[in-house]
Amino acid sequence: MLDIFLSPNAQWVLFSTLILGTAAGMVGCLSYWKRQSLMSDALSHAALPGVVIAFSILGYKNLPFMIFGAAVSAFIGAWLIQLIRSSSRVKEDAAMGLILSVFFGLGIMLLTVVSRKGGGNQAGLDSFIFGQAASMVRTDVYTMMAVAIVIIAVVIIGFKEWKLFLFDPDFAKGLGLSSRLMDGLYLAMLVLVIVIGIQAVGVILMAALLIIPPVSAHYWTMSFKRMLVLSAIFGGGSGLLGTLISTMGKGWPTGPFIVIASASIFLVSVLAGTQRGLLVRALQLQLQRKQHRLESRPIPRQPVKEGK
Amino acid sequence: MSVLKVEDLSASYRKNKVLSDVNFNVKPGSLTGIIGPNGAGKSTLLKVMLELHPSLSGKVSFFDSTLAKTKRRVGYVPQRGSVDWDFPTNALDVVLMGLYGKIGWFKWPSKQDKELALEALAQMGMADYADRQISQLSGGQQQRVFLARALVQDADLYFMDEPLVGVDAATETAIMTTLKRLKSAGKTVMVVHHDLLTVEDYFDHVMLLNRTIVEYGKTDEVFTKDNVQKTYGGSLRWMKEA
Ligand SMILES: Nc1ncnc2c1ncn2[C@@H]1O[C@H](COP(=O)(O)OP(=O)(O)OP(=O)(O)O)[C@@H](O)[C@H]1O
Ligand SMILES: [Mg+2]
Repeated sequence: MLDIFLSPNAQWVLFSTLILGTAAGMVGCLSYWKRQSLMSDALSHAALPGVVIAFSILGYKNLPFMIFGAAVSAFIGAWLIQLIRSSSRVKEDAAMGLILSVFFGLGIMLLTVVSRKGGGNQAGLDSFIFGQAASMVRTDVYTMMAVAIVIIAVVIIGFKEWKLFLFDPDFAKGLGLSSRLMDGLYLAMLVLVIVIGIQAVGVILMAALLIIPPVSAHYWTMSFKRMLVLSAIFGGGSGLLGTLISTMGKGWPTGPFIVIASASIFLVSVLAGTQRGLLVRALQLQLQRKQHRLESRPIPRQPVKEGK
Repeated sequence: MSVLKVEDLSASYRKNKVLSDVNFNVKPGSLTGIIGPNGAGKSTLLKVMLELHPSLSGKVSFFDSTLAKTKRRVGYVPQRGSVDWDFPTNALDVVLMGLYGKIGWFKWPSKQDKELALEALAQMGMADYADRQISQLSGGQQQRVFLARALVQDADLYFMDEPLVGVDAATETAIMTTLKRLKSAGKTVMVVHHDLLTVEDYFDHVMLLNRTIVEYGKTDEVFTKDNVQKTYGGSLRWMKEA
C-alpha cells in the first residue's frame, strides 16, 4: 500500500487523473448548460474506432497517434450528428444515440479483428474500453496533463465569454462574439478532454466524468462561477479517488472506480446539497411551516365567510 | 445620414420564403412599431438584419456602414423566450452582459461597470432584484432585466422583439416610458408590437409587415383601417368601429 505513495510513477498518474478530472468537470459544466450532456457520451464512444485504427496502422501503442485517431473519429461522429440533425427531422438525442451505438459497435468489431491478428490484448488496447490509468507511461502522463491544463486555462480565461455564449448566444453574436468560434472551441475542448481521458478512464465511462460532476455541483449553488469551480473539484476529486482505489489491486480498471467515486459525490449532493438537496428542502419547508404557525397564532381566527 | 437602410431584402427557412422584397429607410430618432399577424416574419426581419439568420438577397446598412463596423451602436432585445432562464446567474449579471462590448473580451467587469448596471436596473424599477436569480423572476421582471441590459449598452439604434408581451400594466408603462426617453435622447428604436389598440399612443412610426412591407411611415398617415386590413387580411375587425 505504501509503495503506491512512494512510487513516483504512481504519483504522476494520480496527479494526471486529478487534472484530467478537473478539466472534464469544467468542460462538462459547459455541456450541461449547452444542454448537451449526451453529446459527451456520444463522442467518447465515437472515439473508439479511431483508437483501434490508429493502433493497427502503426502496429504498436503510441499515445499521441492514438489520441489523434480518437480525435478524428470523434469529430467525424460530431459532424455526422450535426448532419443527421440538420438534414432530416431526426431529433438531436436520437442522432446522438445512433452515432454512439454505431461507432462503438464498429470500434468493438475492429478491436476483435485486431486482437485476433494478435498483439491487441497484450498491447493493452482493451484498456481503452474500461480505462487503465496504471498502464500509462511518463510521456502519456505529460501529454494528458499538458492538454488538460490548456483546456482549464481556456475555460478560465474566457469565463465571461462562456457565460454569455451559454446564456444568450444571439446577444453574444450581436456584441461580436462569434458563436461559430465559440461552438468550435467548445467542441474541440470536449473532444480533447475525451481523447486524453480514454486511456485512463475508458471510452464507455469517460462520459460519466463529464456528466456527473456538473449535475452534482448544481445541487450546491445557483451561481455559474461557483458551479464551474465545484464541478471542477468534484471531477478532479473523483479522478483522484477512483485512480487511488484502482491502484490498490493488480489490473483493476480505473474507469469504474472513478464513476463510483463520482456517483458517491452525486449521492451526497442530492441529499445534502445546500441549494436543491432533498434534506435542505425538507428542512426549509418545516421551518416555513413552523414560522407560519407562530405568526398566525396571535390573530383571532376570522369567522368563515359563506357565499350565498 | 441614415440610421438603417434596407434594400431588396429577402429571407427564407428551408423551403418557405418568409420575407421578400423588403425595402425601407429608417428616420433617425424615430420610434417605430412593427406590426403584422403571427408568422408575418417580424422576428425574422430583425434576425436577418442583425445577421443572426442568413438573407437570400439584399443589402442592410447601419449608419451608412456595415453591421460589423457599427456593432457597438446597435442593441437587440430578443424575445424573452429565446434564452434559458434556468441558467444560474442573477439579474445584475445579465445586465452586465450589455457592457461586455465596452469592457472588452477576456477582461473582468470593474466596479464602475457594476454601478452602471445597477443604475440601469434601478431605472427599470428593479434595483431590489439585482441579486435575485433570474429563474426566480416573474416574466415581467425578466423583461425589465432585458430592457436594463439594452439600456446599459448605450446603443444608438435598438431592436426589440415583443418587449410588451405578457407584462402587466405597470411594467408596460415602465417600458414605454423608457422607450420614449430613449427617443428623446435621439436614439432610434424599432419595436415588434402586437396590440393594435395602443399603436397610436406608443409609436410615431409604424411598419405594417406581412412577408413584405405593406406600408411604412408616420403613424397618423399609415395606420389606417385599409392598410391594417391589407396586412392582417379581411378577417380583422377594425377596432375603431366597435
Ligand atoms: N426556425 C425556423 N424554422 C423554420 N421556419 C421558421 C423558423 N422560425 C420561423 N419560421 C417560420 O417563418 C415564418 C415567420 O416567422 P417569424 O417568427 O418571423 O414570425 P413573427 O412575425 O415574428 O410571428 P409572431 O408574431 O408569432 O412572433 C413563420 O411562418 C414561421 O413558421
Ligand atoms: Mg416573433
